[in-house]
Amino acid sequence: MAILSLAFKSLLNRRFTATLILVSIALSVSLLLGVERLRVESRNSFANTISGTDLVVGARSGAINLLLYSVFRIGDATNNISWKSYRKFADHSLVKWTIPISLGDSHLGYRVMGTNQDYFLHYKYARKRSLAFDQGQPFEQVYQAVLGHEVAEMLNYRIGQKIVIAHGAGKTSFAMHDDKPFEVVGILEPTGTPVDRTVHVPLEGIEAIHSDWIAGRQVPGLKLSAEDTLKKNLTPKQITAFMVGLKSKLATFRVQREINDYRKEPLLAILPGVALQQLWDLMSVAENALLVVTILVVAVGLIGMLTVMLAGLNERRREMAILRSVGARPGHILLLVTGESLLLSLVGMALGLLLLYLGLFMAQPFIEANYGLHIPIDFPSLREWMILGLVGTSGLIIGLIPGFRAYRYSLSDGMSIRL
Amino acid sequence: MPQINAIEVDNLRFAWRRELPEVLHIPQLEVARGERIFIRGASGSGKSTLLALMAGVNLPTSGEVKILGETINRLGSAKRDHFRSDHIGFVFQLFNLIPYLSVLENVTLPCRFSHLRKHKATESGNSLHDEAMRLLGHLDMAHTDLVHRPVTELSVGQQQRVATARALIGAPEIIIADEPTSALDSDMRQAFLRLLFQECEETGSTLLFVSHDRQLEPLFEHHIALDEINQTPVRSV
Ligand SMILES: Nc1ncnc2c1ncn2[C@@H]1O[C@H](COP(=O)(O)OP(=O)(O)OP(=O)(O)O)[C@@H](O)[C@H]1O
Ligand SMILES: [Mg+2]
Repeated sequence: MAILSLAFKSLLNRRFTATLILVSIALSVSLLLGVERLRVESRNSFANTISGTDLVVGARSGAINLLLYSVFRIGDATNNISWKSYRKFADHSLVKWTIPISLGDSHLGYRVMGTNQDYFLHYKYARKRSLAFDQGQPFEQVYQAVLGHEVAEMLNYRIGQKIVIAHGAGKTSFAMHDDKPFEVVGILEPTGTPVDRTVHVPLEGIEAIHSDWIAGRQVPGLKLSAEDTLKKNLTPKQITAFMVGLKSKLATFRVQREINDYRKEPLLAILPGVALQQLWDLMSVAENALLVVTILVVAVGLIGMLTVMLAGLNERRREMAILRSVGARPGHILLLVTGESLLLSLVGMALGLLLLYLGLFMAQPFIEANYGLHIPIDFPSLREWMILGLVGTSGLIIGLIPGFRAYRYSLSDGMSIRL
Repeated sequence: MPQINAIEVDNLRFAWRRELPEVLHIPQLEVARGERIFIRGASGSGKSTLLALMAGVNLPTSGEVKILGETINRLGSAKRDHFRSDHIGFVFQLFNLIPYLSVLENVTLPCRFSHLRKHKATESGNSLHDEAMRLLGHLDMAHTDLVHRPVTELSVGQQQRVATARALIGAPEIIIADEPTSALDSDMRQAFLRLLFQECEETGSTLLFVSHDRQLEPLFEHHIALDEINQTPVRSV
């Protein structure tokens, strides 16, 4: 359209301010889109921390607490559950598989988790992805360990390495199970979940290192060598929690109720998906605050444009009178001035998108390596298009303000040129 | 068939706003086609206002303005704007040009808004560009280095000539010039007028020329003293 090409040339004439406006819109739009993408991806990755598990069972406490320590290795269990109770539900007719877990020890700040081979068989994350081995294989003997990817990477561990487990979960724990070192036999591939930060050992291993401990201390008189310990019965008496896969999803609530109503021990069974959702909702306040801030940043960018447009308008009354004299209608003037804002918003948005992808290309490996969060570089999602549409519409609406002002000027001034 | 007048004004009254005093009351005014009219009047007497009424940018409070047989104050605003771009070319006092357009784009600007003038400009088989160059050539402005320079770098006289080429492109029937020479020195003034007359003659355009400069008056065959034909009570300035 003729008038839009005029708008374009008029902007070109004011390159410097136009560029500044473009930069501020582009930066704010890329920030908004970047935050949005990060939000969606972290939510997805969060929801994908565990999958395929129907129930998580622990001692009775809060659902979120149970989820935090069993899945995220954050915090501690208030109580353990007995091996007997575990076996009772592991052998339940509706249960297909279970994964027992035993927490409480650590290695250089990384949590140590006792479990069994079923873990490598049944544990799933993301969209039903199984754990895979980068090197080595699952543990088969008591003093063997399998490392999450980050543990191996950060501590530079290799297969065959001996590691010592510390008693308790702190990084500064001084009580060492140094008489019973574990040999690394496997390293898992990265999952982007807390699995990466976990040291996995057999339940029997956990039992073994504590066999000569009472109340959190090694009792000198009872001291047993690693080999001698193997001769004892290493079936655990307690575990921290267990995960359950059912034969049919339809049985979920029934089994959950059975576990929660179990008389002999106060147990809590949760649906991990539901608890994840609750946990995310807890955090969504921060998430929403971030979104609001970035929306405000975009608004500031657009208001900057409005300011510049309005400030320049008075000087342009002459230009408008001239345009009127060569046949421009007041509507054309409206279109010209509004078109300038619209062009700025559209080009600013396009630049913002460009900036977003540039940023993604550069930051993707870094984010993945450091936070285990894979941000796919693909076409903008429907939601992102909607955001862009909203920004464009706001640009248009904001552009209408100087537009209508110019329209009013051109009606009242007519062709009279005022300085 | 009697020739249609370029301009006919009948009992025109105009006030800028209801609460403001009337600026113009002109019972009768006729301008035949092809005439060159000199309009004079004291500052603030309403010369520019009269031109705006003839161009249909403002509407009379009462009375009629007929341009080329068309009663333009009865047209809707869209038609009026259209009519203006089709039939009237303008030259103003100073800074006539759109700063962000090139010389050529400034000259061809009316053709963006008027198909008729675009059609007329290219009738001879010339492109719009050629026609603009032809007009600029007549005004001694066709040097390539001038044409490609930003208009803001042109001298005042050069700017006025570009504005004149713009008013003339597509041969509008009426050329309205509102003090186009007031920023020029007296030699340039004469030269400018000669060029303007020449072009109007060539296209057969009617010229309405407003100026304070009584020296130029003899060059015109018809004169209008606005203070004489305007019936509003004389106001002290
Ligand atoms: N847009 C406007 N709104 C209100 N009043 C106006 C407007 N334009 C002009 N006037 C008033 O109308 C009267 C006539 O103004 P006009 O510009 O027509 O005078 P002029 O004869 O062209 O003067 P000059 O020779 O100084 O250009 C003046 O009193 C002026 O104040
Ligand atoms: Mg005037």
